[in-house]
Amino acid sequence: MQAFEYAEPKTLNEALGLLSSRWGETEVLAGGTDLLSLMKNYVATPKRVVNLKRIAELRGIAEDSEGLRIGALTTVQELLEDQHLARFPALTTAAEGITSPQIRNMGTVGGDLCQRPRCWYFRNGFGLLARDAQGRALVPEGDNRYHAILGNEGPAYFVSASSFGPPLIALGARVRIAGPSGTREIPVAEFFVIPRNENEREIALRPNEILTEVILPATARELHNATYEVRQREFLDWPLATASVALELRERQIRRASVVLGHVAPIPWPALSATALLEGKTLTEEIAAQAGEQAVAAARPLSKNRYKVQLARVAVKRALLAAAQGGA
Amino acid sequence: MAETPKPPAQATIEWPPAERRRLIGQRISRLDGPAKASGRAKYSYDVNRPGMLHAKLVFSTQARARITAIDTSVAEKMPGVRAIHLILQPGAEVRWVGQEILALAADTEEQARDAARAVQIRYEPLPHFVADVPPEQAGADRLQQLREQTEGDPEAGFQQADVILEGEYGCPVITHCCLEAHGQVTEWNEDNLTVWASTQNVSGLAPQFAQGLQAAGIPVQASQVRVLTPVMGGGFGSKFAADTWGVACAALARKAGRSVKLMLERDQELLAAGGRPSMYARVRVGAKRDGILTAWSSESWGTGGPSTAGTPNLPYVIGAARNPLLPKRSRHTAVFTDIGPARAWRAPNHPQMCLITMCALDDLAAKLQMDPLDFFLKNLQFTERPDVYREELLKAADLIGWRQKWRPREEALRAKGPVKRGLGLSLHTWGGRGHNSNCLVTLHPDGSVEVALGSQDLGTGTRTVIGIVAAETLGLPLEAVTVKIGSNEYPPSGASGGSTTVGGVSSSTRDAATNALNQLLAKVAPALGVPAEQLEAREGRIQVKDDPSRSLTWKQACARLGTTPITATGRTRAELISSGVGGVQMAEVSVDVETGIVRVEKMVAVQDCGLIMDLKTAESQCYGAMIMGICYALYEEKIMDALTGQCLNPDMEFYKLAGIGDIGELVVHMMTGPGYDERGVIGLGEPPVISPGAAISNAVANAIGVRVPYLPLTPDRVLAALEAKGGAV
Repeated sequence: MQAFEYAEPKTLNEALGLLSSRWGETEVLAGGTDLLSLMKNYVATPKRVVNLKRIAELRGIAEDSEGLRIGALTTVQELLEDQHLARFPALTTAAEGITSPQIRNMGTVGGDLCQRPRCWYFRNGFGLLARDAQGRALVPEGDNRYHAILGNEGPAYFVSASSFGPPLIALGARVRIAGPSGTREIPVAEFFVIPRNENEREIALRPNEILTEVILPATARELHNATYEVRQREFLDWPLATASVALELRERQIRRASVVLGHVAPIPWPALSATALLEGKTLTEEIAAQAGEQAVAAARPLSKNRYKVQLARVAVKRALLAAAQGGA
Repeated sequence: MAETPKPPAQATIEWPPAERRRLIGQRISRLDGPAKASGRAKYSYDVNRPGMLHAKLVFSTQARARITAIDTSVAEKMPGVRAIHLILQPGAEVRWVGQEILALAADTEEQARDAARAVQIRYEPLPHFVADVPPEQAGADRLQQLREQTEGDPEAGFQQADVILEGEYGCPVITHCCLEAHGQVTEWNEDNLTVWASTQNVSGLAPQFAQGLQAAGIPVQASQVRVLTPVMGGGFGSKFAADTWGVACAALARKAGRSVKLMLERDQELLAAGGRPSMYARVRVGAKRDGILTAWSSESWGTGGPSTAGTPNLPYVIGAARNPLLPKRSRHTAVFTDIGPARAWRAPNHPQMCLITMCALDDLAAKLQMDPLDFFLKNLQFTERPDVYREELLKAADLIGWRQKWRPREEALRAKGPVKRGLGLSLHTWGGRGHNSNCLVTLHPDGSVEVALGSQDLGTGTRTVIGIVAAETLGLPLEAVTVKIGSNEYPPSGASGGSTTVGGVSSSTRDAATNALNQLLAKVAPALGVPAEQLEAREGRIQVKDDPSRSLTWKQACARLGTTPITATGRTRAELISSGVGGVQMAEVSVDVETGIVRVEKMVAVQDCGLIMDLKTAESQCYGAMIMGICYALYEEKIMDALTGQCLNPDMEFYKLAGIGDIGELVVHMMTGPGYDERGVIGLGEPPVISPGAAISNAVANAIGVRVPYLPLTPDRVLAALEAKGGAV
């Protein structure tokens, strides 16, 4: 780990003042479950680390007229134990999918959204876009078994590692972001971006901004929702593919649907054609299977990850059936 | 000097008969369990010496290259850096990513890590090759064809066959993943070196250190090297050597005049300190309509990195008998790759040979439309111990409910819902004869007892077994015996590899304890008024055999030694040990045919190992082996990147092992009693780890109606196999 300056601000404003406007110079520390390993492996080599854990305003879950506000420092475990979560099985399942108690106790909701991809080329020092010294893209010709099957036209081939991104997008959540010139709010769907070059990141956060809270709109509580994760192990393991769905049902008919795939693209991937197929239909196993089919219709697998198309297809089907069964 | 009464010469020595055993064969908790569970046990990793420095390795980032320059000038001036030791010199060729180039020591671990990063190595890249592919896809200079083996007339055998199965099977390179990394703490005192090493070879390490240090210009004799391994966190065959990092650690300590700790980091463990060779084979095997085998042939290959990793002996278990002989031909080609060196991995070559053989035979049984249990029972005459396997197969079948649950492949697949269940089985064997071991037993005048051996407890229960044997022999409770192992200052014992330890240490301890006891009996015989031969040690007393009322307590007896303790030595006794075991394992799995995810629901291990010393630690060996087997069956693979030559998963994130929720129910049954006990002690470390891959693969084939040819049985492979079959998806 490269030596760094350590700051422990007590207010958000103080924290913002400590952040550089260039990526890489400063890093924000929340749960640390990702940052510490990045730093130990010299993938992140910040000059200053800004610990947010003493900033009280970033904690807590509260409900108001706008909806449910989840502070960015809320740990995964706190989220799981919160009474409001009963209405959001899509989030609960995603949180339970982080099967390490240690990570649930330390890892935060904000950290889940901001964590870096797990691409093994990135983690082994070849950069976010995984190029060798000659500039060759390593993923298409290399071992891409865990890489993207959608949104993978390049130069990015990694998959978004976020567990909460897909369910939050399906539920229409927004994030609040604080920066040097005030705060802004954007849909979670716009928080994730596909970088075009090595200087960009996979999230819309700017280097001198801090994600402060996630807001689940009041309307979200009426949605039938679910997440299905395909993971090889019960033990802590990254999903191979996930689907989060939220349905607005009248009687048993789908009025509005949202289907978002996880771990299949550089961003949580909204499956819009599946959404279109579902609207107006009554959910049956056959319709769920068709939606799964639609969700991956545009998939373009790489040399070693064709199986993920099938996994995503099944995840959509199973998430839809779970959502329809569960109450809103 | 007063003359010590000579004990009667021991012509032969034996284990106590079943009715006399108080400790041997019982379920006894390991002696160091509480210390380990509470963290009080100090592993080499935990040793911290006053003023100790921390060392880190600089290792190759290139899969194949010539080192043109090593520039340590920046690192040398960095804070805390005390010494640098070159392992390779400029001009040397590196042959894998992770190969050790130099080591440096600094005041703190972090300083050492930062300084290691600051060392500049320049390379002239050379073409590398890291793909695990069949020989025809590798260059001719990458191949070595090993001896072709033919016995009988396989062509005639195939002509007699009614059914011939052709298949391809195999498993990739995996690593050892010892809980405790490789490494040591070294400390010099004048010209004497102390090494706290995580080693399987405490008695054999000193000469290796001496030789390595002499080559590095540091004159030291083996007699000046003390090696200590009080407790140890697993080796599995990867920790027999001093290794470059051991010698470097001692050299750094010499240069810096401080003690030095150098333990490998997890990535280095995976890159350089372990590796089980891959093995693949194209198999042809024939049988008569009734299931009796007629011939085998196989073309196998695999990579052990830069070495050949030995010639497999195929087929495995079935076909090993001389009479009747199963006609067979096998040929193996070693493929040399730049993936890092292979090391012995628990039962070298056996899990691979077992997978290839048992999967091919299971597929043949399916082609014959036979229940594999019946098929294997029918062919046991081709094994070296048909009766043992028969008994074990029937016992295992009983424990897993084979007769109630087993369905033919196609039927299992027709089960309702996406999750299918299946059963599979496998047979294995191992030698496990005890190694050369020497033991020193000391009986002190105050009644305390010490047993000392230059052996080591890898986590297997060796310490406990030694205590059991000594206490049993001396008629004392287990806690009355102090077991001293893990030092080369004790009488030398062999390295702990190949399941050789338990036979070695149990027989040498029995021998030494018997010799010590005979001296004591001779000493106290006059006081009890009978010849020594009429005395016995039982329940903490020395008593007259037919008249227990005439006795001394152990303490009273030892008090008669005056001020001089009794010491007696013992060595491995051939009559107390044996070699050769059979084992059967069965697995029940569930497979989600829509996602390709395999779960092990239940596994049964039925195992013999002769006379069992401690039933609990014996069973633990089997539990651990099954868990290790589930890991390599479902998850493990050292993944190499062809373009860069890098290992892509030198971590515990994508080099996957099973967690507690992935293991399922494990059942162990040890074969004991008549037919087993009288064979004497046989090793158990390797055998139970051999079959899991084959048993699980066979269970998956049974569940989904098609063979997934290669381990690990990952979702992509399972789905691909189903798709190729035009199957369930």
